[in-house]
Amino acid sequence: MARIIEKKQLANKINLYVVEAPRIARNAQPGQFIVLRLTEQGERIPLTIADYDRERGAITLVVQEVGKSTAQMALMEPGDDILDLLGPLGTPIEIKKVGRVACVCGGLGAAPIYPKAKALKEAGNEIVTFLGAQTEAMLILRDELSAVSSEMYYATDDGSLGSKGFVTGPLQEYLAAGNQVDEVIAVGPVPMMRSVCNVTKEYGIPTIVSLNAVMVDGTGMCGGCRVTVGGETKFTCTDGPAFDGHLVDFDELSARQRFYRKAEQVSMQEHVCRIGLGGNE
Amino acid sequence: MSKRVEAIKQDPQVRIRNFDEVSDGITSEMALAEAARCLQCKKPACVKGCPVEVPIPQFIQALKDGQVDNALAIIKEKNSLPAICGRVCPQENQCEKYCVVGRKGEPVAIGLLERHVADNAAKTDAIPEIPVKRREKVAVIGSGPAGLTAAADLALLGYPVTVFESLHEAGGVLRYGIPEFRLPKKIVDEEINYIRRLGVDFQVNVAVGQTVTIDELKEEGYQAVFIGTGAGLPYFLNIPGESLAGVYSANEFLTRVNLMKAYVFPKYDTPVRVGKRVCVFGAGNVAMDAARTALRLGAAEVNIVYRRSREEMPARAEEIENALEEGVNFICLSSPLRILGNEQGEVVGVVCQKMRLGEPDASGRRSPIPIPDSEFQIDTDTVIVAIGQGPNPILTRTTQGLTVTKHGYIVADENTGATNIPGFYAGGDIVTGAATVIAAMGAGKRAAAAIHEYLLSKSNATVSQ
Ligand SMILES: Cc1cc2nc3c(=O)[nH]c(=O)nc-3n(C[C@H](O)[C@H](O)[C@H](O)COP(=O)(O)OP(=O)(O)OC[C@H]3O[C@@H](n4cnc5c(N)ncnc54)[C@H](O)[C@@H]3O)c2cc1C
Ligand SMILES: Cc1cc2nc3c(=O)[nH]c(=O)nc-3n(C[C@H](O)[C@H](O)[C@H](O)COP(=O)(O)OP(=O)(O)OC[C@H]3O[C@@H](n4cnc5c(N)ncnc54)[C@H](O)[C@@H]3O)c2cc1C
Ligand code: SF4
Ligand code: SF4
Ligand code: FES
Repeated sequence: MARIIEKKQLANKINLYVVEAPRIARNAQPGQFIVLRLTEQGERIPLTIADYDRERGAITLVVQEVGKSTAQMALMEPGDDILDLLGPLGTPIEIKKVGRVACVCGGLGAAPIYPKAKALKEAGNEIVTFLGAQTEAMLILRDELSAVSSEMYYATDDGSLGSKGFVTGPLQEYLAAGNQVDEVIAVGPVPMMRSVCNVTKEYGIPTIVSLNAVMVDGTGMCGGCRVTVGGETKFTCTDGPAFDGHLVDFDELSARQRFYRKAEQVSMQEHVCRIGLGGNE
Repeated sequence: MSKRVEAIKQDPQVRIRNFDEVSDGITSEMALAEAARCLQCKKPACVKGCPVEVPIPQFIQALKDGQVDNALAIIKEKNSLPAICGRVCPQENQCEKYCVVGRKGEPVAIGLLERHVADNAAKTDAIPEIPVKRREKVAVIGSGPAGLTAAADLALLGYPVTVFESLHEAGGVLRYGIPEFRLPKKIVDEEINYIRRLGVDFQVNVAVGQTVTIDELKEEGYQAVFIGTGAGLPYFLNIPGESLAGVYSANEFLTRVNLMKAYVFPKYDTPVRVGKRVCVFGAGNVAMDAARTALRLGAAEVNIVYRRSREEMPARAEEIENALEEGVNFICLSSPLRILGNEQGEVVGVVCQKMRLGEPDASGRRSPIPIPDSEFQIDTDTVIVAIGQGPNPILTRTTQGLTVTKHGYIVADENTGATNIPGFYAGGDIVTGAATVIAAMGAGKRAAAAIHEYLLSKSNATVSQ
């Protein structure tokens, strides 16, 4: 069991949690994640370690409510215990000095990017951040990312902050203006990572993406998280979750992510009925 | 000679609608009749076939004498998990293979008798008295049959033992792999609770190599380590289409159903999608379990696709028979070439090639040879790949200096489990590759004895310094 010691709402349906987990905090590295299970009946779901504090023995999780498990998590408060928490899992990303790194975040992608940006900055890189979301109120970790970035660019679907449209827009402009970028890290929904990779391919900029394949164990045992990278089968949980974005088969990843959509809706429906939001009692 | 007993089983048409245990075992009358078939050999050949040398004639004699509790005590001298082994040992290749009665007729049903004893002996809460308490802490990594056995034996010797398990429940393959209808989880729970009552501490959600390294465990004061991390890494065929949606490894399929209880979705949150027509690649225990699980989840048609013939199938004979009774189709001498998908990236079919059998290969089985121009297609919406597992690398790659084979298995002494690092022992599937429950238990037992000797010699050394 792991106790939630802090909770903060970052945006509508997005919460940040600080969780007591001394062993995980001690060995966590940027790019790694945990798998948790909230109840005896619950699913095992993966979440990125958005930050860690070795002294305090705690890790930070940023969770967006998208289905049953994340909705249940949204109901949890400081003092509540997470039934099962396993980590740190996955291969840490390589932190080295390359020069200027562009961090491109779509929606919740800001959370997984933040520990990487911080570590890359500490390693002597210059960070330029491109932050995108549906609307200004949904842009998360703005202050944290600004603190490690030399420049910030925003994009919102409704134009409430920065340029209107997808986050690839300002990135493309930045590159077209002749700015030198040595590496790109892109994390967000699959279509977003795919379009970022299309842009950076043109400029020949190495691009790292962090994939969110459907997982069960998170330790290389089930093979459910496999993705094709450069024609080879890789397990997202042990070989990744970070991969060379120019080599990832995004179509396959999307198909595998969609596979349980119907069952997930059943699951959510059942949750909504149980907590009384169904409205037809 | 009288006929061998047969287990009482649920009717196939009924059992494919539930996850209850297929076999009810045998009644006390049947057990007595079967026990009477044993000749009480002076030099029992059957014992030689058992990897842990259960005193078979002795326990059968106790059963004949009406002393079921005593029979259990005799078995437990060698085998701490009889309720499990009676159910899952491939007896036809082990104890029963060598039974002399089997030379002319059918061998004594040793497995059924063992199960009968385990299920019917009085359940006591009593745990054996542990005479000495020792100070040296021992870490056991992995809670499959190898780790459980090592932990129990070390606890009985007086050591404080901690078992580290990466999943959220202990049991290894007994928990996530072998289905409820073949090995009820209640039995696994009972065995683990017993070991817990011996004083063993179980820490789940700890992936050694990630959450803590073995070196950190040493810093935490563990003086010896037993590694029983199993062969949990699923292999694939590396044919086109294998990552389409709807292609499972047997590990994923069975884990969703057994560990995560997808068979009672949506009461439990984890889903599994089976579809109408299912193809399972492979013909070992894992493949049979996957095929029969798919039937129980509502598949209308389940095909086992296997490149050799019925004779070469590695699964337990009983499970092959059960699968046939339940209506699983066997498509033998056929090898999958590629998996076909639709525009949504979901499986719609499998293209296979016919095979014929050639000369025996290294495994002693006749090797399959492709027949040219023999391609055929099977329509299917789910594929389950059950062609074998290898060693998971997360522990070995973070443990500096531990010698592993080129396939990633840990190199360990056959008799003691000793690895190249003093104080580090290993056993079970992580050393031998995917094998059997009883073989893993045997390895755990031998390693516990060797760890005891090692710690004794170390403490003597410190005393004499
Ligand atoms: C390595 C990794 C890191 C992640 N980090 C974060 C994070 O920091 N914050 C965050 O909010 N989300 C993160 N996710 C996504 C998160 O795991 C899913 O949102 C969550 O599992 C959804 O569960 P649910 O029951 O609420 O929704 P569901 O209704 O079950 O599913 C909604 C969608 O989530 C995805 N999903 C469902 N089950 C799983 C599963 N077992 N594994 C992976 N994806 C699944 C599917 O695409 C699905 O369509 C991460 C995923 C991965 C693989
Ligand atoms: C579906 C299936 C059916 C089978 N049917 C039979 C049968 O009928 N009869 C038979 O005799 N055999 C059968 N087998 C084989 C048998 O189950 C195995 O040989 C046996 O379980 C091996 O035991 P083990 O203790 O070595 O490993 P496992 O049972 O594999 O247990 C290893 C444990 O270690 C854990 N682990 C791994 N890495 C780490 C780590 N780094 N840190 C912490 N924990 C870790 C795993 O999560 C797992 O719980 C079957 C196997 C499968 C998969
Ligand atoms: S443990 Fe297995 S092999 Fe040994 S006697 Fe029992 S059933 Fe036979
Ligand atoms: S070999 Fe057969 S008959 Fe002889 S002791 Fe063993 S079980 Fe009995
Ligand atoms: S989640 Fe099971 S292998 Fe990656």
